[in-house]
Amino acid sequence: MENSDQLPELIGKSVARIDLKEKATGEAVFTDDLQFGNNLLYARIKRSPYPHALIKSIDTSEAERLPGVKAVVTGADFAGRIGLYLKDRHIIARDRVRYVGEPVAGVGAVSEEIAEKALELIQVDYEPLPAVFLPQEAIKPGAPLIHPDLGKYDVVNFIFPEPGTNISNHFKVRKGDLEKAWQDCAVIVENEYYIPHIQHVPLETHVAVAQVDHSGKITLWTSSQSPFAQRDLIAKTWGMSPSDIRVISPYVGGGFGCKAGVTMEALPIVIAMKAKGHPVKLRLTREEEFYTNFVRQALLIRLKMGCDADGNILAMENTMYWDGGASTEYGVNIARAGGYSCTGPYDIPNVRADSYCVYTNNTIGGPYRGFGMSELHTGIEQCVDELADKIHMDKVAFRKQNVVAAGDTLATGMVMHPTGISHCIDIVAEAIEWGKTSKPGSPHKKRGKGIAVMWKAPAMPPNPGSSATLKFNSDGTVFLSIGGQEIGQGAFTVAAQIAAAGLGVPIDWIRISKPLDTDYSSYEWQTVASRITWTMGNAILAAVKDARNQIFKIVAEAWHENEADLDIKDGIVCSSISDREISLKDFVITGIPKKNYQGWIGGPIIGRGNFMPTYVTGLDKETGQGERAVVHFTTGAQGFIVEIDTQTGKLEIIKAVSAFDVGKAINPDLVKAQIEGGMMQGISSALFEQLVFKEGVLQNPNFVDYRIATTMDTPEQMECYYVEVPQDDGPFGARGVGEHPMVPTIAAIGNAIYDAVGVRLEGPPFTAEKLCLAIKQHNHKEK
Amino acid sequence: MKKKHTITLTVNGYKEELEIPSNLTLLHMIRENFALTGTKNGCEAGECGACTVLVNGKPVNSCMVLAVECDGAEIMTIEGLTESGGLDQLQQSFIEHNAIQCGFCTPGILITAFAFLQSNPHPSETEIREALVGNLCRCTGYERIIQAVLDTTLE
Repeated sequence: MENSDQLPELIGKSVARIDLKEKATGEAVFTDDLQFGNNLLYARIKRSPYPHALIKSIDTSEAERLPGVKAVVTGADFAGRIGLYLKDRHIIARDRVRYVGEPVAGVGAVSEEIAEKALELIQVDYEPLPAVFLPQEAIKPGAPLIHPDLGKYDVVNFIFPEPGTNISNHFKVRKGDLEKAWQDCAVIVENEYYIPHIQHVPLETHVAVAQVDHSGKITLWTSSQSPFAQRDLIAKTWGMSPSDIRVISPYVGGGFGCKAGVTMEALPIVIAMKAKGHPVKLRLTREEEFYTNFVRQALLIRLKMGCDADGNILAMENTMYWDGGASTEYGVNIARAGGYSCTGPYDIPNVRADSYCVYTNNTIGGPYRGFGMSELHTGIEQCVDELADKIHMDKVAFRKQNVVAAGDTLATGMVMHPTGISHCIDIVAEAIEWGKTSKPGSPHKKRGKGIAVMWKAPAMPPNPGSSATLKFNSDGTVFLSIGGQEIGQGAFTVAAQIAAAGLGVPIDWIRISKPLDTDYSSYEWQTVASRITWTMGNAILAAVKDARNQIFKIVAEAWHENEADLDIKDGIVCSSISDREISLKDFVITGIPKKNYQGWIGGPIIGRGNFMPTYVTGLDKETGQGERAVVHFTTGAQGFIVEIDTQTGKLEIIKAVSAFDVGKAINPDLVKAQIEGGMMQGISSALFEQLVFKEGVLQNPNFVDYRIATTMDTPEQMECYYVEVPQDDGPFGARGVGEHPMVPTIAAIGNAIYDAVGVRLEGPPFTAEKLCLAIKQHNHKEK
Repeated sequence: MKKKHTITLTVNGYKEELEIPSNLTLLHMIRENFALTGTKNGCEAGECGACTVLVNGKPVNSCMVLAVECDGAEIMTIEGLTESGGLDQLQQSFIEHNAIQCGFCTPGILITAFAFLQSNPHPSETEIREALVGNLCRCTGYERIIQAVLDTTLE
């Protein structure tokens, strides 16, 4: 561990996931599987049918009289607001509703059926208000104001709302001299792209069980990526001590961002406060999952990019209108991420970017795998293709000439760290045989190739902390307490691997303390932003160092040797000087007896460690400039070969290739599994997915009308690669890669479609219908 | 008051008798009356496959079947796959292929694949894809799942 050039054997080894057997047998426990007995109440929520309306009155008296109903709540029961970055959301609507599906009342009853029946008995009188559904309309003067009190909301210091408008965050970047730069450009491309709303679609819908005891303490069992952030947000919202709230979170059946922060989890708490002693369970139906919780917000992006005659990108103007929906408590930071990442992974000397987070009367936008980067790169990477075409350069060469490299000053003023993006481009270009034409299967089919690059930094507050505790047992095994959640990505396995590698013990000696429980687990901000391997990994290594120091001190004293000469291998402490050995199990609890049992040395070992980035700086409100905007960027590239049936518009993916710079693959097979799954989610978003809203009402809240990729939709060939340019402050050099595989996908497929048939759709999904019509129109024009 | 029915059925090899209301689905009976929580509730509309169990050897979305219809039936859930003590070959293959991420869809996929292989022990890859088309997975991208099923047919 001390010698950094030589990595422990366990690092870079594809050890099997530690949760496979549990999950293959159905024994793995998810929140809905927890048993609460007959005391359990079932919660259902009455929701707004209007996108924007005043609530004139609510009558719950009949519902309250229904046998089996234990509690009925409305906005009157809780006046406060909740929010991660901007406190703009009522848990239950009070005076007005702002989107279809907003909670207006809740019921806790002895069965789901009775709760449903009670909802029908609640009378709500609304006065509809004018609504607005497009961000570009919502920012116009005179648009219906969705949050008149925006100026009164608590907000963190790096988010800039504009009270009196629907703009809840405006992030600006001003770099260089744009006006002069346009004059130096040989070609300029201007275009607009629209990326519609989609949903995360975890197979497990949101579920939370809340219990409030008579001393006022809250226990919450949730399917959550963020038990600690939930605890702390709930504490703030209710003015409680975090230590009076306990959040317990078993395995999560898919998160993809939608189970971060607090969303529906607050609802059963409000009900439980009125039904003390009862656990109150709220499980979202699939329909509710589609439009009452977080969705991926839509983006309208206007881009202007120019390069000189040699193909050097000189200037970019990037205006992003994020459709934040009715609350942007989390979404404001997506607009910020879009802002500081506005150039994509390119070195552009002159930049003007305006990223607007805009309130609309659509459903609430929130974090989604990629945190805005998929949407942003869908614009940038298609625009870059158009620019390369216009200057008559090869698109791969054009990208390689312009991508970021170590030492470049980025749009925010931050200096870029070493990154393997160029290498990723080479890998992908080679794998899809860039430059060679690929022959289609039949005459009415056409093939095309497309490529796209990406970058993404973990988007988070400047100082999100992680911690870890290692508690030894008498047989040498170790309970590793972390707060990073297992949401399918393999976090528990990687945690065990890092701990075992660092300590010098077999991997099966490491047991993850689970379920996560804020009373017992070590603090972790949230399992989001592809940050866990990096930040939790660092905290574990700090705990490892602490434990090893304690161990070496004991053994050195017992053996009368120097701590520096000791090491741990395979669970045995050994000396490089004396060849002496002692197994951990012989002393990590009981200590080591002194000579002739004249006393003892040591005692139970507990290693503790933490990690928090301390170097991220604020950015100027007017220019977006600052020394270090983010901790680091993970970069990568994707390439696609597609085949399109020009008669039907049906698109088939012949080959999909990914390459990402992960710093160090702690577990190569888990890295590849993340890339495969992420790329497939990207493909699904590119080809099939869109939440179709009509006046704020979702038209397709089910799997028949909102189709996601199935076993029949996988590419004919899929290849996943990674490169390893180490992260200077990563555990063994690692960086995260959880979100990145779906970031460049829409753009890469869009570029391949253009290459095949010469059409570029305004935005995804690239359905057969849209493609067929576009091809017909294109052919018509050609004639 | 809703009408109650008494039914007898076999669940994972054990004979059971219970009284149930007429509107209870097989999914809720399995999860609540028997606390067999390996069977997952993903959509309650027969669209995701997470709740797949075998009724008389045939895979069904248990959310779309009423419990009363199962009077006299033989039910097998994911827990039934390990009833003999060890892991089924299919489960072993999923483990070997690292074909699991969050694990929520896994029981339904295993049951669907298990039933499919009973009726078609040597399928082509396309046939496996077709058999599993009703089982949604958001994490893995399916490829490892397909390979895991395919591998068990080659031994």
